[in-house]
Amino acid sequence: MEQDWIWGLVGGLLIGTGGAVYLLANGRIMGASGIIGGLVDGTARDTAAEKLVFLAAVFLLPILLYPLYGNVDTHVSTNPLVIVAAGLLVGVGTRLANGCTSGHGVCGISRFSLRGIVATVFYILAGGLTVVFFRHLLGAI
Amino acid sequence: MRLLYAFIAGGLFGAGLFVSGMTDTSKVQGWLDVFGDWDPTLAFVMGGAIIPMAIAWRLVPGRKPLVGGAFPEPQEPRISRNLVLGSTLFGAGWGLAGLCPGPAIASLSYGGVWHWVFAAAMLAGMALAPLLRVRLDRLVPAE
Repeated sequence: MEQDWIWGLVGGLLIGTGGAVYLLANGRIMGASGIIGGLVDGTARDTAAEKLVFLAAVFLLPILLYPLYGNVDTHVSTNPLVIVAAGLLVGVGTRLANGCTSGHGVCGISRFSLRGIVATVFYILAGGLTVVFFRHLLGAI
Repeated sequence: MRLLYAFIAGGLFGAGLFVSGMTDTSKVQGWLDVFGDWDPTLAFVMGGAIIPMAIAWRLVPGRKPLVGGAFPEPQEPRISRNLVLGSTLFGAGWGLAGLCPGPAIASLSYGGVWHWVFAAAMLAGMALAPLLRVRLDRLVPAE
């Protein structure tokens, strides 16, 4: 749809405002992989409650918005191999790199962090090559 | 107060991911697929998100977080092997499924069972990461 980019911009502003609140109020970087991963590997400890509340809100808000939109199709793959491999790669990769699209991308680039910019270049390149390879050459996704 | 602010931040993040269409895997893959019917939406989401965040970073120097404590220190601009390798692995998974950690959580309520399978695999990957980190360090000592 032609108005998709407007909603992209609106959604992006909301995401960035969320990051601004998390930084200015709690003094933390809003990185989804760090927040989830800290809970998974036990490094969160004293910040566990704050991380859980954050994730609960990420999970809950779409439930409130969903009725306004009706049917939202996420077009997710139903190939178990693709989903499991992708999930493992995203989990391992973001923790190894210490960040994902929100931490390195949104929060890193906005402070001109060299690490954030380099990470973003690599995950976009790898993502682009993966889509081109698996979609156009193998026809698998 | 810390928990209330975390809820507000998470709510804005979740709402933004939903409204922007970033939980739709076809829009993410459509942006990465430069040889297909290219979808520019993700660039607008990134651009839109960076604006308030850049303003927030400009407010940091000389201040303290509302709840007290200190802001995160500026990072050392060191490009490590783990940063490059991890980002590459992450990008491959991101391209395969069209999901990254934030949207993976935001889409759980309405995306169906495969989103839960993805989330479970992602959590497993995150649990394995510290082990892999140790192995890698043993194999090729970090500088």
